[in-house]
Amino acid sequence: MAGLGGGPAAFGRCTHAVVRALPESLCRQALRRSAGPEVDFARAEREHQLYVGVLRGKLGLQVLELPADESLPDCVFVEDVAVVCEETALLTRPGAPSRRKEVEAMKRVLESLNLNIVEMVDENATLDGGDVLFTGREFFVGLSRRTNQRGAEILADTFKDYAVSTVPVHDSLHLKGFCSMAGPNLIAIGSSEAAQKALKTMQQMSDHRYDKLTVPDDAAANCMYLNIPSKGHVLLHRAPEEYPESAKVFEKLKDHMLIPIANTELEKVDGSLTCCAVLINKASEL
Amino acid sequence: MLCLSVVTMTTEVGSETEVKKDSEQLGPDKAKDKPEEASETPENQKSKEASSEEAQDSSLPEPTSQSSPSSQKKQKASPESKGISRFLPPWLKKQKSYTLAEPKDEPKKKATGEEQVIEESESQTPEGVAQPRKSLEEAAENHHNAKADDKEKQSVSSAETPQLVKEDGKEMEVEKVAEKKEENEEEKEKRETKEVQTAEIKTDDIPQKSPKKIKTVQCKVMLLDGTEYSCDLEKRAKGQVLFDKVCEHLNLLEKDYFGLLFYETSEQKNWLDPSKEIKRQIRSLPWIFTFNVKFYPPDPSQLTEDITRYFLCLQLRQDIVSGRLPCSFVTHALLGSYTLQAELGDHDPEEHRRDYISEFQFAPNQTQEMEEKVAELHKTHRGLTPAQADSQFLENAKRLSMYGVDLHHAKDSEGVDIMLGVCANGLLIYKDRLRINRFAWPKILKISYKRSNFYIKVRPAELEQFESTIGFKLPNHRAAKRLWKVCVEHHTFFRLVSPEQPPKAKFLTLGSKFRYSGRTQAQTRQASNLIDRPAPYFERTSSKRVSRSLDGAPMGISDQSLRDFSATGGQAAGDKIIDTEAAGQANLKEGGREDGSPVKTPQLELTQDGKRHASRAEGPCTGVSNADKSSHETLDIVEEKKQAEFGIEETVVVDETNKGKMQVATDAGETCKVEHLSKKDSSSLPSDSSSSSSSSESEDEEVGEYQPHHRAIEEVIREEQEEEEDMKRKEHEEKIQHVEATPEGSKLNVPVEHTQVTAEDLVQKNTVTVATEEKKLSEEVKQDLGQEKEEEQLKLNGDVSHVDIDVAPQLICCSEPPVVKTEMVTISDATQRTEISTKEIPIVQTETKTITYESSQLDGSAGGDAGMLVSAQTITSESVSTTTTTHITKMVKGGVSETRIEKRIVITGDADIDHDEALAQAIKEAKEQHPDMSVTRVVVHKETEIAEEDEE
Repeated sequence: MAGLGGGPAAFGRCTHAVVRALPESLCRQALRRSAGPEVDFARAEREHQLYVGVLRGKLGLQVLELPADESLPDCVFVEDVAVVCEETALLTRPGAPSRRKEVEAMKRVLESLNLNIVEMVDENATLDGGDVLFTGREFFVGLSRRTNQRGAEILADTFKDYAVSTVPVHDSLHLKGFCSMAGPNLIAIGSSEAAQKALKTMQQMSDHRYDKLTVPDDAAANCMYLNIPSKGHVLLHRAPEEYPESAKVFEKLKDHMLIPIANTELEKVDGSLTCCAVLINKASEL
Repeated sequence: MLCLSVVTMTTEVGSETEVKKDSEQLGPDKAKDKPEEASETPENQKSKEASSEEAQDSSLPEPTSQSSPSSQKKQKASPESKGISRFLPPWLKKQKSYTLAEPKDEPKKKATGEEQVIEESESQTPEGVAQPRKSLEEAAENHHNAKADDKEKQSVSSAETPQLVKEDGKEMEVEKVAEKKEENEEEKEKRETKEVQTAEIKTDDIPQKSPKKIKTVQCKVMLLDGTEYSCDLEKRAKGQVLFDKVCEHLNLLEKDYFGLLFYETSEQKNWLDPSKEIKRQIRSLPWIFTFNVKFYPPDPSQLTEDITRYFLCLQLRQDIVSGRLPCSFVTHALLGSYTLQAELGDHDPEEHRRDYISEFQFAPNQTQEMEEKVAELHKTHRGLTPAQADSQFLENAKRLSMYGVDLHHAKDSEGVDIMLGVCANGLLIYKDRLRINRFAWPKILKISYKRSNFYIKVRPAELEQFESTIGFKLPNHRAAKRLWKVCVEHHTFFRLVSPEQPPKAKFLTLGSKFRYSGRTQAQTRQASNLIDRPAPYFERTSSKRVSRSLDGAPMGISDQSLRDFSATGGQAAGDKIIDTEAAGQANLKEGGREDGSPVKTPQLELTQDGKRHASRAEGPCTGVSNADKSSHETLDIVEEKKQAEFGIEETVVVDETNKGKMQVATDAGETCKVEHLSKKDSSSLPSDSSSSSSSSESEDEEVGEYQPHHRAIEEVIREEQEEEEDMKRKEHEEKIQHVEATPEGSKLNVPVEHTQVTAEDLVQKNTVTVATEEKKLSEEVKQDLGQEKEEEQLKLNGDVSHVDIDVAPQLICCSEPPVVKTEMVTISDATQRTEISTKEIPIVQTETKTITYESSQLDGSAGGDAGMLVSAQTITSESVSTTTTTHITKMVKGGVSETRIEKRIVITGDADIDHDEALAQAIKEAKEQHPDMSVTRVVVHKETEIAEEDEE
């Protein structure tokens, strides 16, 4: 059934995932907010493969994996270049100019899925998918260094059924750097001041009241929720080795199938769990 | 410009009879007037009669028992009054300024006969009663005149007193006045012509003097299915009459979600207020209305009848096609498919060939792809009954983010174009289709507007201590008022269990008294549970007809404004253009529409649009902010009372306490009396376009305030509030008694109490200060002129007790538009110098204000001990350089009556006018006029420059 995603009950449904292999150039050339330890490419690859393996093997998604492009060091972070909601996909214009070409490959793969494609052609607009939080009822778009008002407007035009509220984002690369959906009505949120402030903004802007799951670590607040018919609520979250305190919080979610995922290497270049996949629900295909 | 307000307050404690006596006493004074009156031409008499209704309110002799009878009479009177009005062409309604006769005291003045238009409220009741009041009013006018004379001297004396314009008023243009200068009284009477509108008027038994034939007007109502309904209405009919007829025609029982619209321009839609006369609302516009959904039920499945859902569907289809309700491609297709199912039934391959779908319109820009999708989905709905299809349609439509959001153009504090959306949950702020803020009803403490500014006061966020007020600039004051009214209505409808009474006497102030008077959602649900009839049969056939009269162009004029919203293009600078275009389109469409698409409304003045936009350029308002406030709306809501606020620049308050017991009407019925004294504006002032346009109270008020009660949800809180209220009341009473005992010393207290009642923070402080001054002032100056006023006052007092409310002046507070050079002068004894307005920011008012007065309606039950507004009058008079507005309010509270007279004198002129002198004069006059009252407050506000007026 089409239309408004079939309601909140269908939130998190997904059949396909688009991912992209990481290029070696990532280690040295990937954008990063602050200098830090170098990425261990081999380990990064291993972690990524595990991640893709979970999506494909454990959850049974149809994973479309794009090849790496060495000229695009950040290309593994596919989330930023496309926002897919129901049967419409918005190809973004990423805030970082070096990443704009990442869109091309994404466009091809989404076209192959018969999605309605909307491209962001306005040269004044920038939008990173990492700033877009879709709750099942509405969108929140973080206004960050990567995403501007115009980008948000275009998103609002693309997904007209939904309210699109803007949320100022400070101290984080993306809105989803400290929050994400952990369930149909559940927002996982970090504990930092910036995260809490953003949450308050979102609460104020929404006609709906969400439950929140506060975790000690902002980075751990980025988790991946999926609703898989045979598994129910599935949540990919950061491993206890990385964020033990936050992991404990996730472990309290009794109704969820919890899958800890390590993401230590990509995190060095501001990567998160949601970053590495674009989830698509094509189940409604007629 | 100099504005002076003088407020005189009287507290009377006394029995009714006493009151009457007073009035009688007054009589002698009036007697003078009366003779004159007698001499007056019949027209005058009529006016008097009309006024008599009002007079009744104010304890006129006629009504034997003032209480219940009077109320009844009032109600009755109003209908009668209509009769007169019928004959008057709309244009006559406008006030005409006639020259005032000179006040007795000052014979010097010559009344240059200017037309006074007295719009008589309709009442033709020949009751002498009216006279007393009139005399009072007249007196007041005289004062004004006198003032004018003083200041401006004889030549000037030909003050035009803007009388109350009665809507229907015959042209009792009193040139007669010119004839009889003395007859100021007459004039006064005329002025009195206040419109007594009983919100709910029952047909009266009172025999009309002359059975005049009822003038009827034909009106047309565009229905949601694209058909047109026409009927004849009595010219003075209230909105409710028409609405009921329409609903009856539609066989609609759950009608509280709906309303009638009329369009001033293609973009400016107004809801017809059921409780007011149609004619006053639409003014010169054609009698063409559009039946629309007014309150979109958040959960349509809770509607009781399918027919109601059907009309809601029709509305939504219009909303969608017009672009007002944006949806995605997929949603367009899905909703369209349900429409087909509802109207055509199951897809029939035989019958439903290719193009069957093209006859329908599902989206503003319908593509073949979409039609194919619709057809595809249509097939999947096999088996759904029309009612089921409608339900599915609604289930999907209700989730759209713009469902039920009423958008209004505005600018934020920085002049940025934004949209304000009013919906069931609160107020949404959009900028270019993005939601940038949201204020849920529970977060909003107060909603107000002042001229073209719209303000909301919001609860402090979690960690904040202070409430903040956020201002928005609307294109003009009417737009601001429209928005305000929509907010008041939505809040009431969706949040309250029952509508709030219009502001009670205690909150009486200037400004709009508008309140939603219909049923709330809770009430309508309750009522519809009782619906017991077989599901009515109706045919679903609208979509085709509604659809494309012209190649799929959106229809519906009403939607223009929204369209920009949904339009993809940037609209910042181009707004104006876009709008105009849209309007243009609409026109074309209309022309092209033969089948009478539903939205056909009069879109007349495109030009106005232009104006509006132009006016937008105006300055900033207070900042918008608070994005951070937490949304925990639900819990902590403390209710406050609402009150209408009104900013008055300068106020001289005379406080008077009379003792006299008032008997509150014995009948509950009486208590319930509602007086609507609609304000008349002075048409003479060209500057104030809005006010000049007519007397419609609703439109002209510049200020309105509303403090949402959230009773519905927070029972506990409510109780607390009530307790508080009671406490306040008691305090109030106590204080009043105080006053009685020590008339002079105690006065300070009185004002304070009032403030408490009002619960206005800002106000309170101000008020307190004021009190001190009063007496002193009064002592100081005395003049003959004053007598006149006194008379008036007495009469007023005599009628019924008044409770004053001081609040008005202070309310100004929030953020005012930039004021140019302001000087606050406090007048008081040298020894006791009170600073009145420390906090107040004077408001520059250029226009002669229209003060609208409506009295509140009180339920007999509720009103018992609460203060009851017995009467309220507003008198406005003008001279070349002076405009005086006098408000006389009487309230009864717990057996104590108070009269409050507030005068606002605006002196406009060049440097050659000696403002100080003028001020002194004004105060003097005030004292003299009301020797028995004390001046509570004097506020002076001086401006060297004239503030811009809002364009209308």
